[in-house]
Amino acid sequence: MSKYKFLVVTFFLAALAGCASQDIPDPEPTDTTYGSEDSANTDGMETSGLGEGEDIAFDPSGGELAEVVYFDFDSYELGPDDMEIVTRHGRQLSENSYLSVRLEGHADERGSREYNIGLGERRAQAVRRVLLLQGAQPVQISTVSFGEERPAEFGNDEVAWAQNRRVEFKYTN
Amino acid sequence: MRKILVTLSLLTMLLAGAAQAELTVEITEGIKRRPIAIVPFGWEGDAATAPLDIAGVISSDLTRSGRFAPIDENDMLQKPTDGVDMDFDDWLILGVEAVVIGRVTQTGENAYSVQFQLFDVFGRDQLVGYRMPASRGTIRRVAHRAADMIYEKLTGIKGVFDTKVAYVTAEERRDGRLYSLIVSDQDGENEHKIMESTDPIMSPAWSPDSRRLAYVSFEGSRSSVFIQTLRTGNRIQVSSKPGINGAPAFSPDGRQLVVTLGGVDGNLDIYTLDINSRQSKRLTTNRSIDTEGSWSPDGRYIYFTSDRSGGPQVYRVSSSGGTPERVTFDGSYNARPRLSPDGKKLAMVHLDRGNYRIAVMDLERKDLLILSAGSQDESPSFAPNSDTLIYATRPGRNGVLESVTADGLIRQRLASGQGDVREPVWSPFQRF
Repeated sequence: MSKYKFLVVTFFLAALAGCASQDIPDPEPTDTTYGSEDSANTDGMETSGLGEGEDIAFDPSGGELAEVVYFDFDSYELGPDDMEIVTRHGRQLSENSYLSVRLEGHADERGSREYNIGLGERRAQAVRRVLLLQGAQPVQISTVSFGEERPAEFGNDEVAWAQNRRVEFKYTN
Repeated sequence: MRKILVTLSLLTMLLAGAAQAELTVEITEGIKRRPIAIVPFGWEGDAATAPLDIAGVISSDLTRSGRFAPIDENDMLQKPTDGVDMDFDDWLILGVEAVVIGRVTQTGENAYSVQFQLFDVFGRDQLVGYRMPASRGTIRRVAHRAADMIYEKLTGIKGVFDTKVAYVTAEERRDGRLYSLIVSDQDGENEHKIMESTDPIMSPAWSPDSRRLAYVSFEGSRSSVFIQTLRTGNRIQVSSKPGINGAPAFSPDGRQLVVTLGGVDGNLDIYTLDINSRQSKRLTTNRSIDTEGSWSPDGRYIYFTSDRSGGPQVYRVSSSGGTPERVTFDGSYNARPRLSPDGKKLAMVHLDRGNYRIAVMDLERKDLLILSAGSQDESPSFAPNSDTLIYATRPGRNGVLESVTADGLIRQRLASGQGDVREPVWSPFQRF
């Protein structure tokens, strides 16, 4: 169900990108650009009849906006890649006021359970602040912390713990 | 919408299957287990056998305490059921220091009289003699109560065999995880499922009269605090504010809860909440995580976890408000404080060289004693006699329960419940 919603959102983003021609930042130069920059037409022919072109951005994720970001041990700061993901969610919320999202914060299993609820909330709030900075409205965002109660991965090692220190985006409308 | 499954058991509580408690006394260092004889009880009634093997229950209670070693029934030279038949020399030869005898008499269709006597073999005297009425529904508690009286007479420590434990289980099912809130006798028998949900259940807490449980439920993917009356299954939602509603604990008079609220900005702070009026009062304002509040038995203080100094440490604040003071200084991680009912000791989760373990601090001497030996131990809870604690440990993928005496000498594992067992809380003394 959330996948379906996500597809709708992605499609909407793509449509938006089409209109505004500037939405998705381009992390690497590409040689697949058509349109205005190459349209310095000097031979004076066929200047009409073609539809307006559009930029195609390079996106290693194939346009999918990830719905989970991860954190280091005892950390509430987003790494550069995850910051990019959260920023895009923020713009998406800012530009689509009908969307609302629930941020689900999680901690790894070590230590006391209610304290871990606090750590999960701290991560959800770190994401919330970025969303607000991007123009999302407070009313669009709710947070819940599941602490260590809903592990994504079982296991008593750093591999599992790293998978569990996370915030998940759950679009709710 | 995710389907929310919430089953409230009413008068007929679900009896969870396979409630067989499996108990092993793991460590009894430095403790000499005292030889004792518990003679099979006599029976006078319609049926061929008594409704319960009372001697068996008393024997397993005393064995589980780690302080007694009941002798084999086959070694007994006599099996009296009344004091007049006691031959102290027969027991002196066997080297036992105390003998328990008794009998069950049927007095009505569902009415019994249970009597027992405890004898001091060396003193050749009766230490306790007592008779209690029972029904088929109460006879197990009567047996535990007899064990409590015997234990207290022989050790000077109040027995806690007639008490209960609440805990949470998480089971993996084909259609997802199922969380259950369970109440059982402290020996693992007599399990009742109080509530179940596909969303997490956390932080059960007993009311002082042991008739209600407060807990956190994530039904509908948001946290709320509920109070549920065990006998009826009725429950009330007492806190469901935006953000975190967590970590409930009852005040000693049962009228208030301490809870953790996070609000939309997620700044976790300690509040007291009047259960009737729902009036709340904020006790901490720090921007750090302040949570896991717990009242001192005299009601004057609330002990809590805060990471205002960096890592989590235990602080306390007056229950009427004021400036919190730091309580723990030993190590980088001390969380989830729980005071012993006698107010003398503070149990916590303590990070010990990479292992999260249960530790107890003597509040007068300030020294810290590490009681558990796992790497993921959590949720310490004192028995009402302040002598023993129960907690959860994680030897493999699933959590199991262990108990340990507050001096650390007797530790044992209790296999109870299905799946991943966590967050045990020991009930107060039961009213009879």
